[in-house]
Parts: sequence; structure tokens; C-alpha cells
Amino acid sequence: MRVLYFAWLRQKIGTAEEEIAPPPEVRDVAGLVRWLAQRSPAHAQAFADPRQVRAAVNQDFAGPEHPVAANDEVAFFPPVTGG
Amino acid sequence: MARVLVQEAAFDLAAETAALTAGRTDVGGVASFLGVCRADDGLSAMVLEHYPGMTERAIERIAAEAEARWPLTGCTVIHRTGRILPGEPIVLVLTASAHRAAALDSCAFLIDWLKTKAPFWKREEFASGAHRWVEARAEDDAAAARWAGAGGA
Repeated sequence: MRVLYFAWLRQKIGTAEEEIAPPPEVRDVAGLVRWLAQRSPAHAQAFADPRQVRAAVNQDFAGPEHPVAANDEVAFFPPVTGG
Repeated sequence: MARVLVQEAAFDLAAETAALTAGRTDVGGVASFLGVCRADDGLSAMVLEHYPGMTERAIERIAAEAEARWPLTGCTVIHRTGRILPGEPIVLVLTASAHRAAALDSCAFLIDWLKTKAPFWKREEFASGAHRWVEARAEDDAAAARWAGAGGA
């Protein structure tokens, strides 16, 4: 699974992307957030307040219950501020 | 089919506007929104990050929604990324239609949805060397939400 980070999540975690292989019990975005938060203190800090984090699965916005699978591209970022 | 560009370079408002009416006589109005970088609180630059690939898809989807809701003869969305200085343009939305209401309403719709449904993030840089990520505003969500169920000519 490819995971991308943008804006302050990228800065806090210290990388723009990583390849991961979460265990099979990680089935959705919320589960992936819980698993990622345990990877390092930086991950824990980035995901400390899940309300400030949005996600996309395969380049479409996705809520916490959206399923994730091994070959997905999952991105995490703050609420968008373009325009 | 809208013209959608995500680019670091500046854009030419006059040339983009002319392109929407060139060679046609069915356009009654072109509406435009030009977003410009302000120098609030001593800001020295704005740095726009985005999600390449998803950004273009998201804008094309928003533009397709506008084209489904209003009878547009043309639509252009150009969003810049990278480092932008105060006074420089950030985003351009142009909509053309036979009548002004469709052009004006769809233009407002597009910029409201761009602010809440396209993956861009602004970081503000200040002369002091400090920087901060711009936080999403509840007013922008409210502005986008007012279009729920709205539309049509």
C-alpha cells in the first residue's frame, strides 16, 4: 500500500510518501490511521487529532469507513485551502 | 468539456477570456473570478501545495458538475501552485453562456467548490521568517453548501 502525506502531515511525519504493509485487520481508513499512528512518535503526533485529518483513497476523498486494500494509494492531509 | 490547468506559471486573463468567444456568436456573457494573493499580517509569499493527479481530476469533476447544472458554452479553470507573491493571481475561473445568470452563478459555484473540494493547501510565509499553514474556514464550507440542490438556468 502506498501512503502519501501533504501539507503539515508531510512536515510532521517527515516524508511525503511511504510503502507500507499493514496487517489484515486494517480494513478501512480509520483502522489505517490507528495503525499508522503507532509507527513512530512523529506519526503519533501527526494523527493526534483525527478530526484535523482528511483522506483520499485512490485519489478520491474518502471517509473513515472507506475500505482500504493492499494495492491502494491512500493520502492523508489537512482540510483543503485552495481557491 | 472544461479547460483545466494546474500550473506554476502565471496566466493571461485577456487571452483566456478571448479564447472562450473566439469564432462563435452564441456567447452572451463571460463571467470571471480572479483570486489574488493578499499581503495580510505582513505576508511575504504564499506557497501552494497540491496532490498531482487528484487535483486535476477533482477540478474536472467540479467543472463537469457546473456544466451539468448550467448551459455553458465554455469553462476555464486555472489554479497556480508553488510560490506566489502578494498581488499575483492565484486562481482563474471563467464561465461563458448565452445569458448572464448562468455565467455568473456557475462562476460563483466553481470558486466555492474549488475552495472546499480540490486538494490544495496554502502555506503563508512572513518577512520574519515565520510560516503557517492556512486553516480551512467554516465560511467556505457554508459557501459551498449553499449550492446543494441549486443550479439550472
